[in-house]
Amino acid sequence: MTQFLSLLLNGISLGAIYALIALGFVIIFKASEVVSFTHGSLLLLGAYTIARLSDSLGFLPAVLVGVLVTAVAAILVERFIINRLRGAPVISLAIVTIGVDIILLTELIRQIGPDILNVPHPWGGDSVRIGGVGISENRLIAMGVAGVLIIAFFVAFKYSSWGVAMRASAEDGEAAALMGIRQGRVSALAWVVAGVLAAVAALFLVGAPTPGVSAAAYTVALRAFPAAILGGLDSTGGALVGGLLIGITEAMAAGYQDQLSFLGRGFGEVAPYVVMIIVLLVRPSGLFGTKELTRV
Amino acid sequence: MSDTLSAPAGAGRASAPPPGSASRRSPARLLKPLLLVALLVVLLALPLYVEEFWLRTGFAVAGAIVGAIGLNLLVGTTGQLSLAHAFFLAVGAVSYTYISGESGGLGTRAALRGLELPPIVGMVVGVLLAGLAGLLFSPIAARLRGIYLGVASLGLVFIGVHVLNTWTPVTGGFNGRSVPEFSLFGFSFGNDDPQLFVLGVPFRAAERLWYLGLVLALLAYLFARNLLRSRPGRALQTLRDSEVAASVMGVNVQAYKARVFLVSSMYAGLSGVMYALSIGSIAPESFGLTVSILYLAMIVLGGLGSVAGAALGAAFVTALPLVFQQFADVLPLVSAPGEGGVAAGIAARYLFGLAIILVVLFEPGGLAGFANRFRRRGRGSARGPGSGSPSAGPASASSTTVPDPSDPPAQGSSTR
Repeated sequence: MTQFLSLLLNGISLGAIYALIALGFVIIFKASEVVSFTHGSLLLLGAYTIARLSDSLGFLPAVLVGVLVTAVAAILVERFIINRLRGAPVISLAIVTIGVDIILLTELIRQIGPDILNVPHPWGGDSVRIGGVGISENRLIAMGVAGVLIIAFFVAFKYSSWGVAMRASAEDGEAAALMGIRQGRVSALAWVVAGVLAAVAALFLVGAPTPGVSAAAYTVALRAFPAAILGGLDSTGGALVGGLLIGITEAMAAGYQDQLSFLGRGFGEVAPYVVMIIVLLVRPSGLFGTKELTRV
Repeated sequence: MSDTLSAPAGAGRASAPPPGSASRRSPARLLKPLLLVALLVVLLALPLYVEEFWLRTGFAVAGAIVGAIGLNLLVGTTGQLSLAHAFFLAVGAVSYTYISGESGGLGTRAALRGLELPPIVGMVVGVLLAGLAGLLFSPIAARLRGIYLGVASLGLVFIGVHVLNTWTPVTGGFNGRSVPEFSLFGFSFGNDDPQLFVLGVPFRAAERLWYLGLVLALLAYLFARNLLRSRPGRALQTLRDSEVAASVMGVNVQAYKARVFLVSSMYAGLSGVMYALSIGSIAPESFGLTVSILYLAMIVLGGLGSVAGAALGAAFVTALPLVFQQFADVLPLVSAPGEGGVAAGIAARYLFGLAIILVVLFEPGGLAGFANRFRRRGRGSARGPGSGSPSAGPASASSTTVPDPSDPPAQGSSTR
């Protein structure tokens, strides 16, 4: 029972990080109809920047710069590539983000090399026990920060003019444009928000119990894709649920590895994808995604 | 080489060509088969003159061409984004290795199993099993909208790599296993048996595989081209442009999506077998997400929806890193691994990424679209004002409605 609770808590904390990434993914999709395969390498960019700068600048400034760099990279992608392709089919847009991803990822992996860069989190790698259930401090803080960010996002999404503008353009782009909502600005802002969320997720993703920034962080970030898909690509709430679900699945599959040994070692890393495929089999648009109805 | 060459012929077919136009066109008509024959002769004679490195590269390219044509049927023609291609390559490669491979120990670790059936059986079953895997996935594939499929198919790649890593008796596990040589009715595609000399040139594995690759790539090309020009091919293109329109026209959307997934994964299976043969061993890392993305790069660079484009793109993407490696000491900025500068594979990846972005931004037709544009321009200036006359008659209406199935301009207009 303790093991179960511990895995559940760890799963939720991991899921909170995934939810941040998936949320960015969903915002981008809503605002500019792009499935951004660049997201994994954007996250790695954030993690890499933080790790490289924290020795010379100190931890907090490095985090700020890392978030800034990621946001700027995201907006550059949006301005110079996505914005020029407005109205292109979804597949072309996805492919172009894969192109960006190839370049960015190749460069980052070349820079990182075989090393594991350490991020000196002030909270270190200690873990705390809450009634017999252990969790690393890093993950606990991650849960708190993610919670605050997600609540802030939903409040902004609901009440701020940006949120209203974005929901309007997601609902009907043309009508929103006629009402004077600047599509370009909405889309650019969405990319910035997604970049910031990815960088914050990166900060916690490379902390304990993960050893540090390495090329493997990219693979971990990719697991936010099933999270977004699982919840429904155009549902912000879905991203949240999907993220938690994927996090818990992964923690459980990894924790009960011995009982699941017939599935092979390291099944935890694959479990999110298995869950995603099963969910999609039943609900092709994810759990909360808009079903596309067509009458012929 | 290019199937798109027939676009003007298709336009002419719409009505009886005006007298005189046939004689005006005849040099061009003769030119195409002549060029094709010349190309074929060059390709056939190449092993007599070229070094082994180029022949090995050639076989790798042939394998990639088969795979790229298959992926292009799915992504380019039907508009279903799939990142699972590496998975189906793996199914083909592993099946071949398992079915034709020998059982045996692998040092101190678990014994490898193999059925030791003739390689041709391995190849055929490998293709069929890849098709079966595609068919099993197709209930999902057929129900998902394009972009959901793209991400869902991502999952298959990771599951595939996991299976490759853990199912050691069949796949060889983390370290992989070696691939049995191909042979056909007793004729080995290995190094010596039997000794073979053609015009004084020893025909060893590289030379023999070259011809095998040539034949398989040609068959794959012809099949895809004919498929695109047939009724199912047109149905698939309608599906890409609008699923609603397609189903109004009586196209069974689900069934066609499932079928194209089947065909595409069978292509991938064959390509996987060829890949295994060309490398000589299989390992999990050969079938990761990177491979899927490279295949996507091939068809985007070559031109979505164009069979010849896929072949061109495959040749480009496969050969470039190898060529970079070969000429690492000559090229600026590129270096051998371990020295300063950019390693060949990495340099090639920068180039692919950049090329994908540029192609989507400026030339959605890819290399095929580029060639087509170039050709049209050349034709326009050569024929001058007279070129307008055939289309000035009643044929003009019909000639605009008969685009070639794989005509990149049609694709170009739809990707924008």
